[in-house]
Amino acid sequence: MASHYTESKSHTPTPRQTRNPWVWFHRFGSSSYFYRIASLWGPRAGWCALILMAIGIYMGLFVAPPDYQMGDSYRIIFIHVPAAWMSLSVYVLMAVSAAIGLIWKMKVSFCVSRACAPIGAAFTFCALVTGSLWGKPTWGTYWIWDARLTSELVLLFLYTGYMALDKAIPDRNTASRATAVLSLVGLVNIPIIHYSVEWWNTLHQGSTVFRMDGPSIDTQMLVPLMTTTVAMNLYFISVLFNQVRCELLDLERRTQWVREIVNG
Amino acid sequence: MLITIIKRDLKCISHNLSGAIQPVGFFIIITSLFPLAVTPDPEVLQSIAPGIIWISALLATLLALDTLFKEDFIDGTMEQMFIATDSLYVIALARIISHWLCSGLPLIMTCLFIAVMLHVPDHTIDALIVSLLLGTPTLSMVGSIGAALTVGIRYSGVLLTLITLPLYIPVLIFGASCISADLAGLPWAGQAYLMGAMLVLSITMAPFATAAALRINLS
Repeated sequence: MASHYTESKSHTPTPRQTRNPWVWFHRFGSSSYFYRIASLWGPRAGWCALILMAIGIYMGLFVAPPDYQMGDSYRIIFIHVPAAWMSLSVYVLMAVSAAIGLIWKMKVSFCVSRACAPIGAAFTFCALVTGSLWGKPTWGTYWIWDARLTSELVLLFLYTGYMALDKAIPDRNTASRATAVLSLVGLVNIPIIHYSVEWWNTLHQGSTVFRMDGPSIDTQMLVPLMTTTVAMNLYFISVLFNQVRCELLDLERRTQWVREIVNG
Repeated sequence: MLITIIKRDLKCISHNLSGAIQPVGFFIIITSLFPLAVTPDPEVLQSIAPGIIWISALLATLLALDTLFKEDFIDGTMEQMFIATDSLYVIALARIISHWLCSGLPLIMTCLFIAVMLHVPDHTIDALIVSLLLGTPTLSMVGSIGAALTVGIRYSGVLLTLITLPLYIPVLIFGASCISADLAGLPWAGQAYLMGAMLVLSITMAPFATAAALRINLS
């Protein structure tokens, strides 16, 4: 990086050399550009998600063999595990885009952060519900105060706190910056909460995918799991883009480009 | 400047003592409700005492948090202080310290009586005091972020609870397990060290977040 910089200084700079390498990123700061990208890629991601989800569910329900211990009830993992992964990664995305908004004062990233919250909460809720449905035949109870269940529940509380604060502050600019601070505080707290809860009580089975010695899960189960995971990511992108589009239209309702879109 | 603000806060509190006593009264009432609701049996009470004491301490701290910045914010004192010092960090830190002095410290003193009423044995008092001494400042620190975020909202009590309580969970877990470990005759130093670590972390980071939240609401 440094050598590149001195080189471009010593020679006569051509326009190509002086061009900021982050231009593609800064473009996303423009509401109308982001709106165009989102309306282009949102529906595409949605269709891909639908197709992949259908394939993943089919493979999970009919192709993958039953588990030697849990029988067929394990098949809920094809929804449960991706939803649980998404619940965490959506929170991280929410906090990171909030940080970008706070640091570079980008309106679009605040919109992304706000749009993430209800979707992330829905994923968390989904993971909790599927987990407890799976828990009944496997552990014999709908709910156990197990570490992972509890930290997922706390994550849901964090999401609801974020949304409640967002709704409570009438001024939009203040609300997005206040919730940004809250999401960053939550991000610092999540690992602390996770490990304190883990240390407190654990019953949940260990991870079978992310392990040092490679996944211990059977390939025939891993493939549908990965398919539904990709599908859920694409689904998230499509819903997120839709939500951000609405936010942007609302935020920029007085600008020319929104008028052009609304008036057709 | 830090000392000046703390002195001023303590003076304000001494003029209006009833406000300062409220959290302590709340703490005593909540803890005395548990024997009525659960059982007066000394053995059961002893086993759930850590949870009772810590949950009540959590709620009492929350009760005092609502007014942490709000009065100063509404009557414009906060703005004047900000103009005078140009550092919201100092203001936030000073308020957190005075909040702890008038909610955490009285709580620790009253919990000695509560411990006797809940049949906590004498040898566990050390663990109780240490856990509260390390834990309540953390609660004040973390809670101040929530208080600063909701400072512009008129009726923010429930919202403050919603935001802050999930962040209190680690302190609750280690604080209560510090006492229950000692009740079970196990060493509790590990939990105390972890609480100390959380206290240091919160002292390092929370005032910055609080100052940022205040700046958002002031601008």
